[in-house]
Amino acid sequence: MNWVNAIVQGILVGGLYALFAAGLSLIFGVMRLVNIAHGDLIILAAYVALVVVQLTGLHPLASLIAVVPLMAAFGYALQRGILNRTLGKDILPPLLVTFGLSVILQNGLLQVFTADSRKLNAGAMETMSFNAVAGINIGLMPLLMFLTAVAVIAGLQFVFYRTAMGRAFRAVSDDKETARLMGLDNDKVYAAAMALCLSVVAIAGIFLAIRSNFDPALGPGRLIFGFEAVIIGGLGNLWGTLAGGVILGVAQGIGAQIDPGWQLLAGHLAFLLVLAFRPKGLFPRIEG
Amino acid sequence: MPEALLEVRDLKAFYGDFQALHGVSLALRPGEMLALIGANGAGKTTLLKTICGLVAAPRETIRWKGEAIGGLPANDIVKRGIALVPEGRRLFPSLSVEENLILGGAMGRSGPWTLAAVYAMFPVLKEKRHAPSTSLSGGQQQMVAIGRALMSNPELILLDELSLGLAPIVTRDIYAMLPDILGHGMSAILVEQDVTRALAVSQHFICLQEGRVSLEGQPAAFTRERISAAYFGTAPT
Repeated sequence: MNWVNAIVQGILVGGLYALFAAGLSLIFGVMRLVNIAHGDLIILAAYVALVVVQLTGLHPLASLIAVVPLMAAFGYALQRGILNRTLGKDILPPLLVTFGLSVILQNGLLQVFTADSRKLNAGAMETMSFNAVAGINIGLMPLLMFLTAVAVIAGLQFVFYRTAMGRAFRAVSDDKETARLMGLDNDKVYAAAMALCLSVVAIAGIFLAIRSNFDPALGPGRLIFGFEAVIIGGLGNLWGTLAGGVILGVAQGIGAQIDPGWQLLAGHLAFLLVLAFRPKGLFPRIEG
Repeated sequence: MPEALLEVRDLKAFYGDFQALHGVSLALRPGEMLALIGANGAGKTTLLKTICGLVAAPRETIRWKGEAIGGLPANDIVKRGIALVPEGRRLFPSLSVEENLILGGAMGRSGPWTLAAVYAMFPVLKEKRHAPSTSLSGGQQQMVAIGRALMSNPELILLDELSLGLAPIVTRDIYAMLPDILGHGMSAILVEQDVTRALAVSQHFICLQEGRVSLEGQPAAFTRERISAAYFGTAPT
């Protein structure tokens, strides 16, 4: 029964990894930008939530109503002010600039908030759980986290394939030059995509901060989990990204069940196996 | 002479260090159809791309209704009423036929062209509206490309190599529709490899040769030999 439990908990935490990964996948899909600072932006969102909660006394989950717009606005400004200038034929400048941004965010957070671990306290709901079947307890927070991930992926899917904004995302991704001929201002389309990405990052940051302690150095690790979930699932496939997160979570759960020290290793091994045998991921986007 | 809708004056355009246009001038009146002919590499496509903002140009070299628009971003120029049907169609592969059309009208210029009007002109597109744009035949894709440009309700449409890669019979059908397409007083600049066809449908033509205007005027005013000499850059015989 311990094994089943490990797998169930792995699936649920996979939702968090999918939240880490969704924004990464979105940005790569729309503008071929690999955002090295993605993990640090998740941690930034956690700190923004911490400040909002401390200032207003809101419940951490309720702080979403402030943190999501704040992060979205930051994403829009970041894209228009800095990242748009780095996009071009050469893929190196955006990598270097987001790497620099990662260093700045980590050190900036360290300067302001020190290296002390913080945590958001969600109160009684943190420890609530219910007995699904004999021997398997499902926590309310992990379940909520997973359902949120499913809702976020479904929402992104809807935006991408059913709205004018999504049409613009796909058109710009297909052909930047022709997109301009349709009256699209590519810089603004990219900025909208980054705002949407950082809205998801805000949600991910808050769940991360409720689930465990966080400190300014945690970003790069979250970036790795995000990358692994994207690659396992297949680039450009949002539901695949959710599956990738779940596979990563389950692999870590099984690893931890064998030996607590093997948790991270097992996740990385699962990722390497997929990369070795299915380099395009398990659910690559079907090319038209 | 009524004021020119579009005026290009002494336009020089570059791709990096390569100069593609060496001082081209033209004037287009409202409702006029201008054919742009010339051999491969003469600068026809460059000229169209420069007019619609995809290739840089000094501001004063292109005037649209008196306003200097040279080098404005393409997304600003299309909002003023200049649409391009690009060479090779350039449909968005991840968008359906209908989404390609809707995107063409997304900047919200009002006019006679709506989704319904485009479907009335090309009924086959309505049948295939939800199909991926790349699943269509070449001729149907060209219809999507034309419809997509029309959806912006342009006053000037730039048609680049409509017949490229199409069967002759399909080309003939599309040309047969041109009068209906342009029927609302739209002006057009037509780039075409098939010189005879281009000259037959235009009031005016310009022949480019290595980035310079080698001949211009009304098609009827010149013999085939004269035009052919300007086209190939040989001395008229």
